[in-house]
Amino acid sequence: MIWVDAVLQGVLVGGLYALFACGLSLMFGVMRIVNLAHGDFAVLAAFLAYSLISASGVNLLYAALLTVPVFAGFGYLVQRGLLNRAISSGPLPPLLATFGLSVVIQNSLLQGYTADSRALDPGRIGTASLRLSGQISLSYLELLILGLAVLVLGGLELYLRRNRTGRMLRAAADDRDAASLVGGDPRHLYGVATAIAFGTLALAGLLFAARSSVAPSSGPSELLFGFEAVVIGGLGSLWGTLLGGIALGIAQNVAGQADPAYTLLAGHLLFLLVLILRPEGLLPRRSVTA
Amino acid sequence: MSALLEVRGLSVRRGQLLALRDLSLAVEAGRVVAVIGANGAGKSTLLEAVAGLLRPERGGVVLDGTEVTALPAHRRLRLGIALVPEGRRLFPSLSVRENLLTGQYRRRPGPWDLPAVYALFPWMADRAAQRASALSGGEQQAVALGRALLANPRVLLLDELSLGLAPAVVATVYRTLPQVVAQGTGVLLVEQDVSLALRRADEVHCLLEGRVELSGSPADLSARQIETAYFGIRRESA
Amino acid sequence: MSAVQQGPAVERGGRPARYTAGGGVVLVAALAYLPYLVDTGVTQAMVVFFYLAAMALMWNLLAGYAGLVSVGQQAYVGLGAYAVLQFSNWGVAPFLGVWLAALACAVIALPTSFAAFRLRADYFAVGTWAIAEVYHLLVIQDSSLGGGSGSALTTLSGIDPVLRDAETYWTALAVAAVCVLGCFLLLRGRVGLALTAIRDDETAAGSAGVRVGPAKRTVYLAAAAGCGAAGGVVIVSQLNVAPDSAFSVQWSASMIFIVLLGGIGTLEGPLLGAALFTVVQQYFGADGAWYLIVLGAACVPVAVWLPRGLWGVVARATPLRVFPLARRVRAASPTAAGPGR
Repeated sequence: MIWVDAVLQGVLVGGLYALFACGLSLMFGVMRIVNLAHGDFAVLAAFLAYSLISASGVNLLYAALLTVPVFAGFGYLVQRGLLNRAISSGPLPPLLATFGLSVVIQNSLLQGYTADSRALDPGRIGTASLRLSGQISLSYLELLILGLAVLVLGGLELYLRRNRTGRMLRAAADDRDAASLVGGDPRHLYGVATAIAFGTLALAGLLFAARSSVAPSSGPSELLFGFEAVVIGGLGSLWGTLLGGIALGIAQNVAGQADPAYTLLAGHLLFLLVLILRPEGLLPRRSVTA
Repeated sequence: MSALLEVRGLSVRRGQLLALRDLSLAVEAGRVVAVIGANGAGKSTLLEAVAGLLRPERGGVVLDGTEVTALPAHRRLRLGIALVPEGRRLFPSLSVRENLLTGQYRRRPGPWDLPAVYALFPWMADRAAQRASALSGGEQQAVALGRALLANPRVLLLDELSLGLAPAVVATVYRTLPQVVAQGTGVLLVEQDVSLALRRADEVHCLLEGRVELSGSPADLSARQIETAYFGIRRESA
Repeated sequence: MSAVQQGPAVERGGRPARYTAGGGVVLVAALAYLPYLVDTGVTQAMVVFFYLAAMALMWNLLAGYAGLVSVGQQAYVGLGAYAVLQFSNWGVAPFLGVWLAALACAVIALPTSFAAFRLRADYFAVGTWAIAEVYHLLVIQDSSLGGGSGSALTTLSGIDPVLRDAETYWTALAVAAVCVLGCFLLLRGRVGLALTAIRDDETAAGSAGVRVGPAKRTVYLAAAAGCGAAGGVVIVSQLNVAPDSAFSVQWSASMIFIVLLGGIGTLEGPLLGAALFTVVQQYFGADGAWYLIVLGAACVPVAVWLPRGLWGVVARATPLRVFPLARRVRAASPTAAGPGR
């Protein structure tokens, strides 16, 4: 029974990995940018929400309702003001620029908040759980997170398929010049893609902090999990990313059940195994290409 | 009378090479203007510069009295310049219908909408859900044309519609031109197939090394004149 | 066009190459004498410069010449350091262990490359990072190497500190010099030519008969060896090793920063970048987080406005080239007509 429980917990955390990873996948798919600061921005969002909550006493829901759109807007500005310029000189400058941002964010948080980890209080939902049997119970918070992740990924999929701007993001991913020939301004479209990425990473950052905790240094490992979820699932497929996140979560939890020291190792090994045996991922791309 | 599209003294550099040298021409509403010339004469460069993908070194592009030289491609499309690029450049991961819909992203008001394009190419409606990359070359060319038409352009730029396609397929695509022009759209097309260009165009410019070597209506030009201009055979050596 | 009697000659080297070689020997000899002249503060700083320069040269070889953008070179820094520890536990002197560590890293890199090369372009970057984490976590599992808390390199603690510092310095100098020489020879040889072709157009290079895979794999193995030796120098100079810092992604971060600041795709750039980085670190490193914030913030404008790095600025302004790598084509006949298009 404890193994069933480990699998279920893996599924629950996998949703969060996928939510975090979808922005990574979108930015890579549309602009070929690997945002090395993706995890650090998520941590930054969590810390800002933490300050907001402790300063004003609002609850997590309102903090999220404020943080997510602010980050989306921030993402648009980062893309328009900085990354668009960096991409124009090749693939390496954006890597360096986002790496620089990562260092700046990590160390600024270290200065502002010390190295301690912080948690966001989710309220009553944080302690309630759904008891399935003697040994298995699912936390309502984690169920909510999984539900939210599915909702966001589904919404994003729908946006990319049905919305005209969403469709143009896919078009620009295929061929930037051809997209401008049908009237799409690549700089604006890129800004929209980064705005979506930042909105989702902010939400994921808050949820990470609500379900366990975050420290200024957690960004890089979150980035790695997100990246692994994307590759395991198959580049460019949002449902694949969800599947990849869940596979990663299960691998970590089941191995952690056997010996806590193997938790992270099992995740990385699953990633490498997929890479060697099935490099196209579990669900090969359908929408945003890679 | 001022033309719909005017290219004024355009010089465009591609890397080290001056691909267009002080080139001028005009396209009037409802007319088909063809540009012919050998490989590397600067034909595609001309269309890319008019569409806004390339910046000229000197000279300008004027659409119905409005200077558009400084505008990028996506802004020119909104003003009514649409290019069907060489090699079609469809979005391979999008379906046929989605490719067409991208043409509507910043469309101007006008007669072309999805039903009108489906009426022009009836097979498209049946295969709307297919991926663009699964189509044959001729079908892709038709989708690329449909995508450009959906923007309701005032000037339609066509780059090598016939390249790599079977003559029957090319004829089908070209047969739609009169319907396009009938709406008052001006067409500037680049074509390697000289006889095809002469049959379809109201006016022909022959390019040689980035300059207009010969201009006129197809009826007024002799085969000998065109051959001379096309290959750049100087009179003294001919 | 006039008939060409002789084919155009491809030339390089000649006098500049001999100057470089001669200058290099003199420079290394002068640097080797340094411990007799200055105090240990300076030589210790030079050791940092040498191992950073070695790492940066290796990263530059990967990213600047082979198009392999890795964020996982800390795998070999850490493995190199731990290899020295392991060899030392087996009774091998650490200064010899540094070279064996390089060899060990190249051996480990061979199977690793088959996994890493499944990933293309940018995803290669984070894939190599995951691989580095695997090695990190595996090393933590080994309690004979100190597990999660690391271990001290006890075999060096008995030696006279002055002698130890000097030997560390010479080892570091030798590692850096070998890395420079190795890069130079690799890039001047067949691999370098293949890499240039690949950088221009991988598909075209492949169809023209350039062996793309072997060239890239050679570079990957060489970079692993170089970073392994640098990692060996790190443990020898610090006398202990901890897994979290030995396998820290900060190593890759420093390499990226140094190479892009100095100028990617040149041999001069990484050396210039490493020198600057070492100086900045010596003066401001004690300020901890603020130093890193400023450093990180400096990356952004460099990325946006100086994509060719500082050496790019130097190379544009002056004809100065330290390493003669460029090939020149000298036409044997009077120059042909201009381009046809």
